[in-house]
Amino acid sequence: MESVESFRLRARAWLAENMPRQAGDEPPPLSDDDTSDWIRARELQRMLYAGGFAGICFPQEYGGLGLTRAHQQAFTEESIGYEMPLPLNIPTFAICAATLLDMGTEEQKRDRIGAAIRGEEVLCQFLSEPRGGSDLAGVTTRADRDGDGWILNGAKTWSTSAYAADWGLCLARTNWEVPKHRGLTMFLVPTKAPGVTMNRIRMVNGVREFCEEFFDDVWVPDSAVVGEVDAGWTVASRQLFHERNSMGGGSPYVSGRGHPRTVPKVTPLEIVRACGRTEDPRIRELVGEYLAMAAVQRQTSDRVTRAVGTGALDPAAVSLIRLLHAEGAQLSDDLAVRIAGAGVATGTGAEPGVAGRVAIGYLMRQSASLGGGSTEMARNVISERLLGMPREAAPDRDVPFKQVKQGR
Amino acid sequence: MELGLSPDQKLFQASAKGLLEKEYSLDRIRDMADGEPRWNRDWWRQGAELGWAAAIVPEELGGGSVSGEGVRDLALLAEELGAGLAPGPLLPVNVVLAGLVETHGTGPDHTAEIEALVAGESVASWAVYEPGREWSPVAPGLTATPAAGGFVLDGVKDRVEDAGQADLLLVTAATPEGVAQFLVPASAVGVTVSPQWSLDLSRSFGEVRFDGVQVTADAMVGVAGADQVIERQLQIAVVIQCAEVCAVLDRAFAMTRQWAFDRYSFGRPLASYQALKHRFADMRTWLEACHATTQAAAAAVQERSPNAAELASVAKSYVGDRSLVILQDCVQLHGGIGVTWEHDLHLYLRRATLDQALYGTPQDHRLRLADLAAI
Ligand SMILES: Cc1cc2nc3c(=O)[nH]c(=O)nc-3n(C[C@H](O)[C@H](O)[C@H](O)COP(=O)(O)OP(=O)(O)OC[C@H]3O[C@@H](n4cnc5c(N)ncnc54)[C@H](O)[C@@H]3O)c2cc1C
Repeated sequence: MESVESFRLRARAWLAENMPRQAGDEPPPLSDDDTSDWIRARELQRMLYAGGFAGICFPQEYGGLGLTRAHQQAFTEESIGYEMPLPLNIPTFAICAATLLDMGTEEQKRDRIGAAIRGEEVLCQFLSEPRGGSDLAGVTTRADRDGDGWILNGAKTWSTSAYAADWGLCLARTNWEVPKHRGLTMFLVPTKAPGVTMNRIRMVNGVREFCEEFFDDVWVPDSAVVGEVDAGWTVASRQLFHERNSMGGGSPYVSGRGHPRTVPKVTPLEIVRACGRTEDPRIRELVGEYLAMAAVQRQTSDRVTRAVGTGALDPAAVSLIRLLHAEGAQLSDDLAVRIAGAGVATGTGAEPGVAGRVAIGYLMRQSASLGGGSTEMARNVISERLLGMPREAAPDRDVPFKQVKQGR
Repeated sequence: MELGLSPDQKLFQASAKGLLEKEYSLDRIRDMADGEPRWNRDWWRQGAELGWAAAIVPEELGGGSVSGEGVRDLALLAEELGAGLAPGPLLPVNVVLAGLVETHGTGPDHTAEIEALVAGESVASWAVYEPGREWSPVAPGLTATPAAGGFVLDGVKDRVEDAGQADLLLVTAATPEGVAQFLVPASAVGVTVSPQWSLDLSRSFGEVRFDGVQVTADAMVGVAGADQVIERQLQIAVVIQCAEVCAVLDRAFAMTRQWAFDRYSFGRPLASYQALKHRFADMRTWLEACHATTQAAAAAVQERSPNAAELASVAKSYVGDRSLVILQDCVQLHGGIGVTWEHDLHLYLRRATLDQALYGTPQDHRLRLADLAAI
């Protein structure tokens, strides 16, 4: 295997030669239509693929490079300052492709992972439902056998960037006679399949990244099943692992650093430079607090990833970095608001300006503790699985799902 | 704790633990009376034989570390001794050694003093704080005025750890050429040591007055303009502090977790209440983060990476603040017994409160981070 240093030097030279430089520090204009961002992301991914720098940690047989996390980290470090296909990191690569790699059939791995690496396809997650997201094993979207396929009916919601995706990993109930975890199956569903109706949902920051989907007699073949029929919880658990891990910064499948434009955020560093309050020691201390926390998050991700890798920590430990991510992201939002001071109220002239963007980012503060599974769920996992504390009482345990009480 | 220790490192830790437990149990520490010496010289000498003052000293000066990475070994040792709230001059002696080793070959020769410190025959402490002043190590008020054959020191230092037992003091002083450090015998004429109240029961501190203390030019450590050396000493101090606080947190957390399993209310263990489980989950997360940042700082200081100053401040800022949040919540989760003298929690809280306060508060280190990032 090529050494990390040689790979790094090769990447450096290739990036300089081939990838476009990121345009200035100025955040791009706020927009509720990011279609062009997605077209661009696919283009950039195709460039990475053509250059031999796509799918660094995915196996070669599925179109990747079969290299290590250290290679990926080196590439990411070198890629700073270049335009990168950031919107494809999560969920396409870090969650969906990673789950398929663990649980998918040969055909699914070859076709879907390969297409994603080539920049041809985007993947999304159909997990949460209008009835709830935390109690994921309680989904009520149903899949009924139909010859050599399945018919899906139900609804999913809060699916990030599903409008830009080609395929969704969809958790559905295939058996209502058994307790909830044992009657689920994961399907790989084309987002444009007949019977799928998709709406975009406007979030508080004006972005329409969320989607809701209605499934009306959507037919999928048997080959759409990921893992085993009625063993969808095993697949979903793996998916949640990858989701928490990637939220916490531990995924080896993330390439490039930073937020996609679809997640408009202003960091304390950006706002302090923009508003020129750099002399005020009160402000400087807040900036220091941000810098410390950002470093601690990276250090903790590295440590936990290593420990899970060697078996020193149970895989459930990825919830630690998921939880720390929420804390760090929210601290960043809080500090940015404090640094922006009175500026958050009225922006700059008729535009929000940087301070206004801080405020808009702040409105989305809680997304860091909801998206990727809520922090309450992460705390349940840590206390129960890592610390061995008694599980929450659950009246739905060991009861056939059809007898379980549902909310409104 | 560091992930994956070598057998030598494990032995290093185990021997430290053995020597600590033989002499200083927590009960003995709880009963330490004001004015009584916190540790005895013979015990420290035995520790020195186990390498407690050798890790960051090169072999040619009598030192040596078990893994070849002295700063990381020192952090391991600080964890082991910190877990038992050990008394003893681990921090002051190693910080002084850091300065002496750093300047070895640039100024007057201090090889003999280094060797005596490594062997545990001599004890030294850093006289850097001054009364009424916060952390400002490169702007001392104490002056060193050039005089025939040397300097005359005038001024007052305080919060000098183990001042009462130290043979040598490494004193920061203002000279016409910038800040400098001098190695001064505590017995020198004009040096007066008086004890200070200490929050931590196993630590002692003193105020040291320097009234016209004459030192020869040989007393200087390195050369004037010692900012970089002081920075190195600070980094070593911070690594030791953070490592011992991590161990303190491990202990307090483990104790509190066990308590949550054993203590019942309304017919069920405390550990079964989600409101409390979630607080344990937070604490467990912060604990992991404290270890991660401490190890990252130790590694950077070990390797002298360009970001060592930054990572030391990251660790001190984070661990300093989080440790108190965690420990106070441990007290809360214990209920009334948590605020009693007989319970061990306050011993841990004392150590963590003291450590966050000295060698730069978390606030000081956050300001430093903004400076280092050129904001
Ligand atoms: C930015 C963002 C992106 C997202 N992307 C996707 C996506 O791509 N695909 C997808 O399927 N979903 C996605 N989600 C949905 C997300 O997974 C859910 O919002 C989340 O799991 C919570 O589910 P819910 O919204 O239904 O809230 P609920 O489950 O109704 O929970 C409401 C509140 O109650 C708390 N709660 C619930 N049960 C318990 C319990 N047992 N103990 C303690 N507290 C509890 C929750 O933590 C939460 O605070 C996204 C969400 C956000 C914010």
